[in-house]
Amino acid sequence: MSGYEIGVVLGMALVTFSVRYSFFVLGDRVAFPDWVKRALRYVPVAVLTAITVPMVLLPDGEHWQLDWRNAWLLGAVTSGVMAWRRLPLLAAIGGGMAVYFAWRFLVA
Amino acid sequence: MHQHPHPSRAAECWHGARDSLPMLLGAAPFGLIFGTLALPKGLSAGGALAMSLIVFAGSSQFIALSLVAGKASLFVVILTTLVVNLRHALYSASLLPFVSALNQRWRAMLAFWLTDETYAVVLYRYGEQDASPYKQWYQLGSSLAMYSNWFVWTLLGVLLGASIPSLQHLGLEFAMAATFTGIVIPMLRDRPMVVAALVAAAVALLGRDLPYKLGLMLAALAGVVAGMLMERFAAREVAA
Repeated sequence: MSGYEIGVVLGMALVTFSVRYSFFVLGDRVAFPDWVKRALRYVPVAVLTAITVPMVLLPDGEHWQLDWRNAWLLGAVTSGVMAWRRLPLLAAIGGGMAVYFAWRFLVA
Repeated sequence: MHQHPHPSRAAECWHGARDSLPMLLGAAPFGLIFGTLALPKGLSAGGALAMSLIVFAGSSQFIALSLVAGKASLFVVILTTLVVNLRHALYSASLLPFVSALNQRWRAMLAFWLTDETYAVVLYRYGEQDASPYKQWYQLGSSLAMYSNWFVWTLLGVLLGASIPSLQHLGLEFAMAATFTGIVIPMLRDRPMVVAALVAAAVALLGRDLPYKLGLMLAALAGVVAGMLMERFAAREVAA
């Protein structure tokens, strides 16, 4: 490994850990004010939606695919409907994946 | 006395690993591609493995590959990694209430392994109503499963190079979309949450071409702000 490479790996490790540890390091020494607690309730929905929706609507990362041929869309809608009906999470994931793979097989 | 005893530490750990299974499948092709691309992009085998072992952050590892291939300066690589991984600070803040009572060593360990996938999986567990004192073991289980999975697929990619049948055409990445959908949908039970999701989705779509995952970070923040505004608006409506 070159010095450059060691620097890359160690530097990346250091910043990545620092970001992930940024709030965990505080432990119970800090109590968030009420408005921060309320704001944090929206983090899971906001970030997971922001990751998922572009993957599903633009499966190749570049082109919109808003039609019934889109296996990502059909699979995600299946998982979503199953989860909304309060089926167990693993069932919703399995159902979505089954539809996704079946759709790819049938349509492709 | 409890009618239903809490799951043991080992059981929590196993459940965390088990519930991460779709994520393990979803990450596999990426680990493999990362390992396959590492050498052609100018990393050594040792460097690629070390990155998966001590950085352990998929998207920034991929971006680092292209930066290294372009002979970017160390400063640029590190700054880019910081920006790409900023969303993890949100995860860190979001999970803090569930880990704040743990000792420093536990918190450091769990932070080191805090990925998108483990965040999503453990949120679900921490949100469950039972008062198990060992939920951190669930997070540990998910973390160790994701970590060893990422390392093994990186190693296979490095060893086998381009000679392997390409896992990326199997469509395993869809597992992540299915899991995140299954986790988010049940959370959309009130109007502010729905608005947060819609705004986050819209900003993510609009900002999808921004570099360094900035679109994702902006979308997360916009979603949070939108949810807060909607909450305030709804409260005012009730008061009026």
